[in-house]
Amino acid sequence: MRYNSDNFMKKPEHPLNGLIRKDRIPHIWCSGCGIGTVFSSCLTSIKNSGLDLNKFAMVSGIGCSGRAAGYVKLDSFHTTHGRAIPFATGLKLANTDLNVIVFSGDGDLFAIGGNHFIHAARRNMDITVICVNNFIYGMTGGQVAATTPHSAISTTTPFGNPESPFNLPLLAYASGATYVARWTMLHVRDLTESIGEALSRKGFSFIEILSPCPINYGRRNKKLPMEILKMYQENTIIKNNADPAELDIDFERGVILGKFIDKDRPTYTENYDKICRSTQNV
Amino acid sequence: MVKSAVLTGEYFMTGDVACAEGALAAGCRFFGGYPITPATEIAERMAQRLVDIDGTFIQMEDEIAAVASILGASWGGVKSMTATSGPGFSLMMENIGLGIITETPCVIVNVQRAGPSTGLPTQGAQGDMMQAKWGSHGDYEIIALAPSSPQEFFYQTIEAFNLSEKYRLPVLIMSDEIVGHMSEKVIIPAADEIKIVSRLGPKGRKDLFKLYAPGPGGISPMPAAGDGYNFHVTGLTHDEKGYPAMNVDTHAQMMSRLTGKIKNNLDDIIRTDSYKLDDAEFAIISYGVSSRTSMAAVDMARDLGIKAGFLRLITVWPFPDDQIRALAGDVKGMVTVEINLGQIHREILRCVEGRVPVHLVGHSGGTIIPPEDVVKMLKEAF
Ligand code: SF4
Repeated sequence: MRYNSDNFMKKPEHPLNGLIRKDRIPHIWCSGCGIGTVFSSCLTSIKNSGLDLNKFAMVSGIGCSGRAAGYVKLDSFHTTHGRAIPFATGLKLANTDLNVIVFSGDGDLFAIGGNHFIHAARRNMDITVICVNNFIYGMTGGQVAATTPHSAISTTTPFGNPESPFNLPLLAYASGATYVARWTMLHVRDLTESIGEALSRKGFSFIEILSPCPINYGRRNKKLPMEILKMYQENTIIKNNADPAELDIDFERGVILGKFIDKDRPTYTENYDKICRSTQNV
Repeated sequence: MVKSAVLTGEYFMTGDVACAEGALAAGCRFFGGYPITPATEIAERMAQRLVDIDGTFIQMEDEIAAVASILGASWGGVKSMTATSGPGFSLMMENIGLGIITETPCVIVNVQRAGPSTGLPTQGAQGDMMQAKWGSHGDYEIIALAPSSPQEFFYQTIEAFNLSEKYRLPVLIMSDEIVGHMSEKVIIPAADEIKIVSRLGPKGRKDLFKLYAPGPGGISPMPAAGDGYNFHVTGLTHDEKGYPAMNVDTHAQMMSRLTGKIKNNLDDIIRTDSYKLDDAEFAIISYGVSSRTSMAAVDMARDLGIKAGFLRLITVWPFPDDQIRALAGDVKGMVTVEINLGQIHREILRCVEGRVPVHLVGHSGGTIIPPEDVVKMLKEAF
């Protein structure tokens, strides 16, 4: 038995090392930001799936969350603002063996990209959409988003927000998504399980994750990072199968989390093969 | 139903249908489109035909999504295209830029109609020529072809795919309503007589792979998603690895690769054609459907004793600066013929540098230019 200083000094390998582009670290996310937690949840789910990592692709749009594609060691695409979903659509249709994950933010997916979202859900495109919802445009410095609550101050709504926010799970459900869930970044275990489940389902899966932007939302709205996390812990209710119409976000009343939709419906590719191709073969 | 990608034979076909057949013959197996007059028939033909040959057609929710989908499909390893007209072309500009910066091969067809805005939806024009060159923000070089007949639309579509695969960029076909909707004889050759170019894939160790390291001819080999290269593609300024790098030097290097691959290969890319130009005193310069006007005008002028000749631009972008400059030394005057208020005309003026007079025969769109207008200009101006 000899004392080996090398072994002693060696830090344990990070369990997600194989899935991260270490040469791109440090990342751009601010301290206290929730995106990193959602990102590692997503990578853990990918790893736990046991599927061939070379058959995963991640597509992002623009924004803080949109930078995820730049840190994941998979085939990854950082596209234009709002266009991750139609890009992912082409990618998936070109190679249906790929597991295509869209990882982006609320501003990207639901304002500039809203039309693409509802149509991909309607078609039941076989992709998994992970939306980090921080209620604000983080990267551009804190402007109002399609998810910002009335009560919040942003740089473009300095007196409060006159617009009503989207209820994202309701929108996904109404558009035809076959898997719909909502978690916060504090609910890491539920979230990781949920992403794993979404990856295993065929069809359009959507997971909304509430996540703090302490720099450009919290600061202006007098919410310290720890207070936000506390709110995620104390003012949320897990209610699987809740009616999507009840899912408006109101932390005073309590925000409902859980898996709301998990059903089977033919995907675009299945329908295309069945309706278009087989008719031709008759 | 036919099950062959190449419908060898002789047909009476519209330009739009011939374009779709050219795409299939070139190996296109993905079409992401959005209906718009006068390009819809291309999408319709592709919807009909792709199912037979293991391809995929999808009608997207708008033209922004259409281009996003064909870029995605291209990175999935499949040759892809879309087709549109003016209003849709405007929406496509965003992702054409993404295609350029990420060096993604694909083909985008614009069957031009008169603009601006909704303009004359069912009537031809050539008013998007400058938009083709400059429409997406930032500096870039692009390749754009202009067919003058359904037969040429067929061949140019194959050529557009070959150029896009070779030089790794979106290639534009700037057709127009008149060529798109005209029916003429189209001969589709046997499959083995059609030259097809496909992107080079990477070789060597996957862990050392760099997405934008120069390969043969300076063009980087392109892997497909799922091949195991774990590459990263971004619309941000990026280094050879494909990683974002926000600095002036990397940007300059990237831009020099993006523009250099076109600028350093002009001889390979630029295609022109001429008619009775050798002894001409006056040169008519035109492209696309206006070539037909110009050919007729040459003969009519020669009947009147005016020694006219015709230079046809088969590729409009990159612009054949050298050819136009040389021509300016050989003739006494030039006439540009195009269905717009003088877009390519400005390029010709730029190259001629005042050495000979250059006049425009053009109008704001909606119909073909009659050859008589060109002859009148030749008679009156020179
Ligand atoms: S600006 Fe907000 S969302 Fe963006 S990285 Fe910083 S904390 Fe996160």
